[in-house]
Amino acid sequence: MATSRKWYSPYVSPMDPCPPLSPVSYETPVQLYLGFQPRGMEQFSPFEALAHGTLWPGLYTPYTNPYLLKKRGIDTNG
Amino acid sequence: MWYYEKKLQYPVRVGICNPKMAKFLIEQYGGADGELAAALRYLNQRYTIPSRVMGLLNDIGTEEFAHLEMIATMVYKLTKDATPEQLKEAGLGEHYVDHGKSVYYHNAAGQKFDMPIQSKGDPIADLYEDIAAEEKARSTYQWIINISDDPLINDSLGFLREREIIHSQRFREAVELLKEEQNKKKVF
Amino acid sequence: MAEPKQVPESYYSDLKSLQAIDFTLVELTLYLDTHPDDLEALKQFNSAAKKSAELRETFEAKYGPLRQFGHSLSAYPWQWIDTPWPWQV
Repeated sequence: MATSRKWYSPYVSPMDPCPPLSPVSYETPVQLYLGFQPRGMEQFSPFEALAHGTLWPGLYTPYTNPYLLKKRGIDTNG
Repeated sequence: MWYYEKKLQYPVRVGICNPKMAKFLIEQYGGADGELAAALRYLNQRYTIPSRVMGLLNDIGTEEFAHLEMIATMVYKLTKDATPEQLKEAGLGEHYVDHGKSVYYHNAAGQKFDMPIQSKGDPIADLYEDIAAEEKARSTYQWIINISDDPLINDSLGFLREREIIHSQRFREAVELLKEEQNKKKVF
Repeated sequence: MAEPKQVPESYYSDLKSLQAIDFTLVELTLYLDTHPDDLEALKQFNSAAKKSAELRETFEAKYGPLRQFGHSLSAYPWQWIDTPWPWQV
């Protein structure tokens, strides 16, 4: 399973005015990997689907504020 | 033609009386990558897209109006009971002077909705535009979630962000359908 | 001035049941747009559509019409204009 959050560390200069906020994250949700959706994928119940924003767990890629993470730079699973 | 249904697509709850959130949320109402721009783009492109994917553009365009209504509901609930003083503190003073408590089509920086709605008339160019638009809208939802202090608003924004993912997935499938390689590759 | 009538508590849970089944239908619609020959998904769509129609009928009997231009019936007087509208609840 691909991870849905990636990290990279930009160059830090001793001349930078602010303390570095590194590493930096970006999101790589499931639609980048799935290809044409196969038939018969497992489904949520109607209530669960509404709560998740999709009918298929395999298409669900949740998001949380990366600035609130205690340990930055850890990949997250979608 | 269209029929209105007197219900939201997803229950919208606003937990904190913080009109400042309205200023951020308005980006998805009248911003370049907002729900209105998306709805207008897909419903316009559908006329000249190949028949195989006309239905998809029609249906995603229609769903975008349901999302527009959810955003408007959040903005409305956050501003309807705010005093002019509270609006001023929230950075909505200029908005109030010009538009009162209207839910106005402009972006978070106050620029009115006045932008080209992309349509190239080339199916691949248009669908790639649409995929990019969904990814940009997904990013906007992430930036608003990062700046928001209201878990209930973030719940609705999480739903809307996931819808961008699904729409992007379907547009990617539409490209595959137009490539006409689907059945040959036996990926079904 | 008379205060507008409040919706009962059951309105929210009944509404959510309808939103849930209708959301499944939105998802299946977009899926079928790109997978028109998936027979299982089509059967699921048709059965969910029936379920949605049943829930809608019960909901409208309790709280008033959800659709207009003739797609919902109305008691007297014309109920469509009654509050609350979706952005007010």
